[in-house]
Amino acid sequence: MNAQPQDTRRVLDVAALPRHAFGHQGLIWWGTTGFMVIEGSMFVIVLIVYFYLRLQVRDWPPSLPDPGLFYGTANLVTVLVSVLPAYIAKQKAEAFDLAGVRLWLGVLVLFGLVAVGLRFFEYFTLNCRWDDNAYGSIVWTLLSLHTLHVATDVGDSIVLLTLAFVGPNSKKRFVDYSENSLYWYFIVAWWIPIYLTIYFMPRWL
Amino acid sequence: MSDFVHPIERRITITLADEERLRRQLAETWYVPRGILGWFSVTDHKTIGKRYITTAFGFFIFAGILAALMRIQLAVPNNHFVGPDLYNQIFTVHGTMMMFLFAVPVMEALGVYLVPLMIGTRSIAFPRLNAFSYYVYLFGGVMLVVTMLLNTAPDVGWFSYVPLAGPDYAPGKRADFWAQLITFTEVAALAVSVELVATIFKARAPGMSLNRMPLFVWSMLVTAFMVIFAMPSIVTSSSFLLLDRLVGTHFYNPAEGGDALLWQHLFWFFGHPEVYIIFVPALGIVSSIISAFTWRPIFGYPAMVMSLVATGFIGFGLWVHHMFATGLPALGLEYFTAASIVIAIPTGVQIFCWIASLWRGRPRFHTPMLFVAGFFGIFVLGGLSGVTLASVPFDLQVHDSYYVVAHFHYVLLGGAVFPLIGGIYFWFPKMTGRMMDDSLGKINFWLLFIGFNVTFFPMHILGFEGMPRRVYTYPDNMGWATLNLISSLGALLLVLGGALFVYNVVRSYVWGLAAGDNPWGAETLEWSTSSPPPVYNFLHQPVVEGRCALWDRSADAPVVTGIRSDIREVLITDVMDAEPVTVAEYPEPSIWPFLCAVVTSGFFIGSIFTPWAVPVFVAPISITLIGWFWPKQRDRERAMEEQAEEGQTPPARPLKEMREVRA
Repeated sequence: MNAQPQDTRRVLDVAALPRHAFGHQGLIWWGTTGFMVIEGSMFVIVLIVYFYLRLQVRDWPPSLPDPGLFYGTANLVTVLVSVLPAYIAKQKAEAFDLAGVRLWLGVLVLFGLVAVGLRFFEYFTLNCRWDDNAYGSIVWTLLSLHTLHVATDVGDSIVLLTLAFVGPNSKKRFVDYSENSLYWYFIVAWWIPIYLTIYFMPRWL
Repeated sequence: MSDFVHPIERRITITLADEERLRRQLAETWYVPRGILGWFSVTDHKTIGKRYITTAFGFFIFAGILAALMRIQLAVPNNHFVGPDLYNQIFTVHGTMMMFLFAVPVMEALGVYLVPLMIGTRSIAFPRLNAFSYYVYLFGGVMLVVTMLLNTAPDVGWFSYVPLAGPDYAPGKRADFWAQLITFTEVAALAVSVELVATIFKARAPGMSLNRMPLFVWSMLVTAFMVIFAMPSIVTSSSFLLLDRLVGTHFYNPAEGGDALLWQHLFWFFGHPEVYIIFVPALGIVSSIISAFTWRPIFGYPAMVMSLVATGFIGFGLWVHHMFATGLPALGLEYFTAASIVIAIPTGVQIFCWIASLWRGRPRFHTPMLFVAGFFGIFVLGGLSGVTLASVPFDLQVHDSYYVVAHFHYVLLGGAVFPLIGGIYFWFPKMTGRMMDDSLGKINFWLLFIGFNVTFFPMHILGFEGMPRRVYTYPDNMGWATLNLISSLGALLLVLGGALFVYNVVRSYVWGLAAGDNPWGAETLEWSTSSPPPVYNFLHQPVVEGRCALWDRSADAPVVTGIRSDIREVLITDVMDAEPVTVAEYPEPSIWPFLCAVVTSGFFIGSIFTPWAVPVFVAPISITLIGWFWPKQRDRERAMEEQAEEGQTPPARPLKEMREVRA
């Protein structure tokens, strides 16, 4: 090593490395995942509070009717089916297929809008108000916390869809299209335990 | 991973003229914008880090003045210097500000400044989020200061227990300001934590595998994870409190199926890890200082890392020891007693590793090292009183007494503030290019060390003698007068020490001796660049060859090339081994994070007064976020560059998947 001439220098040339990365090799994935962990922890804590409050009273729901099942279940079906366009949009993004992204991200936005619409009616089938008692408070909070996430990601998807049409669509942007689906999976996955808690715990517990 | 590209190792000639050209171009690319608009658009991690640190010390001084007011009030019995209402506000704002606006942010701020330098990268990941975080933090803190100055500050204690803080017993808006302040600081802290995790995991210099990472970086990593898992709990609980107070929910109302203890569980599930969120970075500071002032690597690196990680985990299993006096089932309490004693083990391991490092290291006792020595003395004492508090019968005796006040000041000042001030003396030369005055530093240390012990040691005894915390005065015949007077005189020394510190900072900033790159001969990468570092941190990103990056560096150590200097490119490496995997492009400075922070703050403050703030602020927040993410000039250039590139080189992906890409 020491015999090397003075005027040259050892270098690690990374010029050939890719300038974009899908998944966990890229920073965007870490940012998205970081916030998913934070928000997931929040969901866990709110769910724990639900069961903690259950322990404080004898009847559940306390002197209120059970929530109606129709809109919540319709929402569950909607978001579960929406995983398919989200998945295809992700695949298309990772293949840099702009037309595919436009189409399937558009379909995903439609599903998201339907989910938000159904959510509006869900509030009327909870059969309680947030200020009735602690049960009402936690049920409204659970639903609203999830609604906030659905609405935010639908808004986010609409912005991305707009960008897909107006451009510019550099490869970096395709990473955004791809990670958007990841975040949607997260929101859909959390709806399952939250749905079961809101609609079935009053019946089972 | 079929398309995985490896970097190429080779030898090239780099002339001085090349380096000069590179230096000029990097300075241009990574420019810090100027002017008023520019000031609010800065995303450089060092600028934001310094603002963060300065702001945090500003709040430290404000909260310190409040503490001095309390000591004046308590110096003699039956004092009427401040009345009970103002006193309640003072101790609440003192505690809240020290915990939420000083201790946690200042540690994260050190991370924001130092981590990218220590791991050999050009900036922090998500630099705009970093700027946003700073402004949200700043506005939240200013809100609390304003409430204090308007005599309408929170007055329910820094942990704001319900039912006292609930709608029935705390009318008005005071408790709401407290709860919303929490929201401000949590948003800021969570954002920084995500940035730090991403930066530490993905932007380390090639060769800096996890087992070569500096202990300070490990401590920031553990802290960031603790923030990520602990803070959602306080976000939830303070939101519930706001909802109870503003829209009539019943989370903490036992009459309607709620529960007051729920608050304590949620608060302390955050609040205990919070102590370690403050303390763990301090451990990293201590390790940095000891290794620099003994010129030896820290003894037992794996044990140190394991202890940090173990502390991070066990810290989540202790929260109920704040609730021993609430009448919870005895069996549950025993678990938490055990856990509270167990956490002394990883801390003990670290202390013994440091002792081993010092044993043959011939430590040089410059000011930073003195503060570390002070940390040992004070923190061990605080740790021991902590072990006594883990015993339920003892805890019941001294609960809510001055013994507890003494304990947590020993732990927090000894465990965090002493290392922090040592850390400022240590890194000040790097941040400003000037040394702090060492003689003044030594006087500074002794004033603070003696002042601290004179102030807080008597509080142990006051606690035994039954003096409860948070009383604004006490009668003559209780026998507490002498010790309180001693304590207040000690506080005077603390104030002098604090003032001397500020004086030394200002004086050294203007007249301090030039520091050079590495005045202490320390081992970590931040000392390999100039002081203060250039905006782009390193001319060539370094390649790390050993655990002590600078001490283990061979004469022919390679550097990274092939990163564009005309745009803000940063090398991204893999999590475990820091192998280069891709190159990311960081965004340009932008005013949008600041604007977004303004409207977000408006939303937070507005929602204290009316729920209509929610619909009113949805649009402005969305607009600023869209502005933040909307494509800029550089995005169009990138797309064009890629198009041009694709015209020349065959696509990396199979053709069938390429059919629709670009006209």
